[in-house]
Amino acid sequence: MSADAPDPAAVWADAALAVELLAVDPFALGGVLVRAWPGPPRDQLCTWLRELLPGPLLRLPLHITEDRLLGGLSLAATLRTGRVVAEQGLLAQADGGAILAAMAERLEPQVTSQLCAALDRGELTVERDGITAAAACRIAVVALDEGIEDERVCEALRDRLALHLSLTELPPGSAAQEAPDPARVERGRALLSQVELDDEVAEVLCQTALALGIGSLRAPLLAARVARLHAALEGRTRVEDPDAAAAARLVLGPRATCVPELDEEQSEQPPAESEPESEPDDTTALEPPDSSEKTDPKKSAKPPLEEIVLEAAKSAIPAGLLDALALGQAPRSSPRSAGQAGALRSSTQRGRPAGVRPGLPEGDKRLNIVETLRAAAPWQQLRRRERQDARPAGVQRVEIRKDDFRITRYKQRTETSVIFAVDASGSAALQRLAEAKGAVEQVLADCYVRRDHVALIAFRGTGAALLLAPTRSLVRVRRSLADLAGGGTTPLAAGIDAALSLALDARKRGQTPVLVLMTDGRANVTRDGGEGRAKAAADASASARAVRLAGVRALFLDTAPRPQPPTRLLAAEMGARYLPLPYLDAVGISRQVQSLVEAP
Amino acid sequence: MRNVPLFPFSALLAQDELKLALAVAVVDPSIGGVLVFGDRGTGKSTAVRALAALLPKMQVVAGCPYQCDPAEDGAGCVACSLVKASGGVRTAIEAPVPVVDLPLGATEDRVVGALDLEAALTRGERAFAPGLLARAHRGFLYIDEVNLLPDHLVDLLLDVAASGENVVEREGISIRHPARFVLIGSGNPEEGELRPQLLDRFGLSLDVKTPQDLATRVEVVKRRTAFDRDPRQFVEEFAAHEAALTARLRDARLRLRDVTVPDAVVERAAALCQALGTDGLRGELTLIRAARAAASFDGELTVGEHQLKRVAALALRHRLRRNPLDEAGSTVRVEKAVAQVFAN
Repeated sequence: MSADAPDPAAVWADAALAVELLAVDPFALGGVLVRAWPGPPRDQLCTWLRELLPGPLLRLPLHITEDRLLGGLSLAATLRTGRVVAEQGLLAQADGGAILAAMAERLEPQVTSQLCAALDRGELTVERDGITAAAACRIAVVALDEGIEDERVCEALRDRLALHLSLTELPPGSAAQEAPDPARVERGRALLSQVELDDEVAEVLCQTALALGIGSLRAPLLAARVARLHAALEGRTRVEDPDAAAAARLVLGPRATCVPELDEEQSEQPPAESEPESEPDDTTALEPPDSSEKTDPKKSAKPPLEEIVLEAAKSAIPAGLLDALALGQAPRSSPRSAGQAGALRSSTQRGRPAGVRPGLPEGDKRLNIVETLRAAAPWQQLRRRERQDARPAGVQRVEIRKDDFRITRYKQRTETSVIFAVDASGSAALQRLAEAKGAVEQVLADCYVRRDHVALIAFRGTGAALLLAPTRSLVRVRRSLADLAGGGTTPLAAGIDAALSLALDARKRGQTPVLVLMTDGRANVTRDGGEGRAKAAADASASARAVRLAGVRALFLDTAPRPQPPTRLLAAEMGARYLPLPYLDAVGISRQVQSLVEAP
Repeated sequence: MRNVPLFPFSALLAQDELKLALAVAVVDPSIGGVLVFGDRGTGKSTAVRALAALLPKMQVVAGCPYQCDPAEDGAGCVACSLVKASGGVRTAIEAPVPVVDLPLGATEDRVVGALDLEAALTRGERAFAPGLLARAHRGFLYIDEVNLLPDHLVDLLLDVAASGENVVEREGISIRHPARFVLIGSGNPEEGELRPQLLDRFGLSLDVKTPQDLATRVEVVKRRTAFDRDPRQFVEEFAAHEAALTARLRDARLRLRDVTVPDAVVERAAALCQALGTDGLRGELTLIRAARAAASFDGELTVGEHQLKRVAALALRHRLRRNPLDEAGSTVRVEKAVAQVFAN
């Protein structure tokens, strides 16, 4: 039932269908999230969209500035004409069409929020640089997700895009059998306002969403919209089974966070109860009951709608989810832990604006154009009069002199990323793990006040797992900490390696990483996951030296009941401050982290 | 320019606490704003934006850029003072209560107001272009994703909201104008939290959750689908509800000054704050004010204990001395304290 090897023809058909749906009413659907690498299938999809969308498909550059996105003062025109000239941003230009965001997983959080706001409101209000403007902005977003591993499109945006597609499993060279049909789109547009959706369908869509563990209410809402649009495409004025199934496949399945129970248990669920009370006439009218005998153990005539919908949704459950479930990882946390908001946000923070002052834009000082214009504005008539002879009449340029220049000051605030690497193995865990958790929570409380980013790595068994990418959301940290279970062997080297690579990533983003390692230091698994205490210890000390070499600040919390000298040695190799946990309470640990953060 | 109507407030399902909080803020704007945190897609923004359509109209001075109240003397307002000084008469007209959306990416000059660039460039005049704070005077200022707003803007907004006056000192302009508004902030804690220092600057706070029961969810989907199909007709269907709610809000505002708070209720409120160990008097004051507004909204002239109970969590949950990691804990703590205080 899983989708480990999807049929290419089916994938292409869904892609074409998604384009048709989106073309009927882009704004209603929010857009489409496409998981795809750059390549012919993705290009094909974009070509289709460009041909069929009722408006433009505008590319969103990854690092677009806010003034280009929202619009604002047009500097060239303002300087040329001597009066304030506003300029439209990309969002307003895309009205009626869609914004194409490649590498959507790397979009800056501000940009994502702007997209979400536009999707929610369908209009754009701009209050920037002395300009107040409002414009219609009924757009859809085509988000191309190329994320690998933990990189994901921000949850807020994913939630708002109705259709989720994956083109990554298409074999090379596969091509679409059928292109989307403009005539169907036309028909869809004409019919849409008449399409009715029975209460039963709404109920089944809601049930299915709950059964798949989808918490957001937007999912069933968008599924209902897709069902209506699909019916319109097919030339129907009432939503029928195939429409609901398409909605489940395109909207609900890809959002699943758990796999619903098998059919045996289904009869206990409310769907079966609600079935008899629904009107029998409209359900039987949909499909001839005697077409062919369905191999349904429960109902004889035809599978009830909820089964059709659930099956359709299941066919689209991402393969990764099933793998995660098989491995026993918490299913809820895997799609959620995608909390990149924190990590992404940091990439743009190069200090925050801290006022404007006169000065020349040299070096890293940035010219503040609007304030410069403001400074120059009151003098324009005077200056024009002074220069009257030199200029032909009628041309009113803004004259800016050296004294007018204003530069924005930025307050450079280095951000800290505190990376916890917690030994959750049997030797350390159980009795100490609770204590370690308490210590982490105390440190977190301080991080919260300082607005630090926090990441959490746990190691046990054969390797280390990133439980939480750097985030500022303490709610999330707390949740993953609570889920942290103990037991198993101690892959210390893997744990240190994982923490170091995260620390180096943080440094690349301009943050100061601080590593907090909590372990009893008794490594018994080698870096490659093998057995052997001696080799494991050697690997661990090699990893520790790498930390020192990288110059990452570290705190080594020894969680052993009786601290041993070798552990202290390991901490020294790491260049870490060594603290045996038994002699410290949570507050003391937190103070140590604080002093590490603040050390020059 | 909006050709599609907004989803009506009275058609929103569940979220009773959110509706109560907004109603309380409308009835008594001095309560100090509402902070709405919660899951995605719970209708936070929809509710706040729909509120605009409900608000009873107000009287303003014609031509005043700050929508001054004709009943006040206008001493704090530059425009009104000018009219008075020149011996003119201020005429009153009816205007909608402003619900100003602070768009993401708004710059400081447009929020507080600044030198009018157009006038300066073309006419060489040094004029003041009022910002969003001026437009929000006597109304509501809504900030979606308040947790993503730059810190210096949040500070500025809270400062103005607390003082009721906007003081502008920039590029040679020195001006002050009244700016009393109800600040409504919303956000999703998973995308970054609000600085803890800012939490208790809001009068009321609440967490909205996605309804989990099937019946409510189905009804939400049904209503929204009906709205999608024919927004105008849907709005028409709820027009009577909306009008009734508007009338109820208007009556509640008029009634508010006559609503009395019995000593017993004040004592209960004090006991509640004591049990919870809230810092300062602000919590207690807000609690009583909110209960009073709730009573007025219920059409009563005396505050009862049930109103106190209903608003206790709204007014207090963000004022507890907290463990910042405690996500749902504060609501539970307030509920426990309520049960305890009202038991004896």
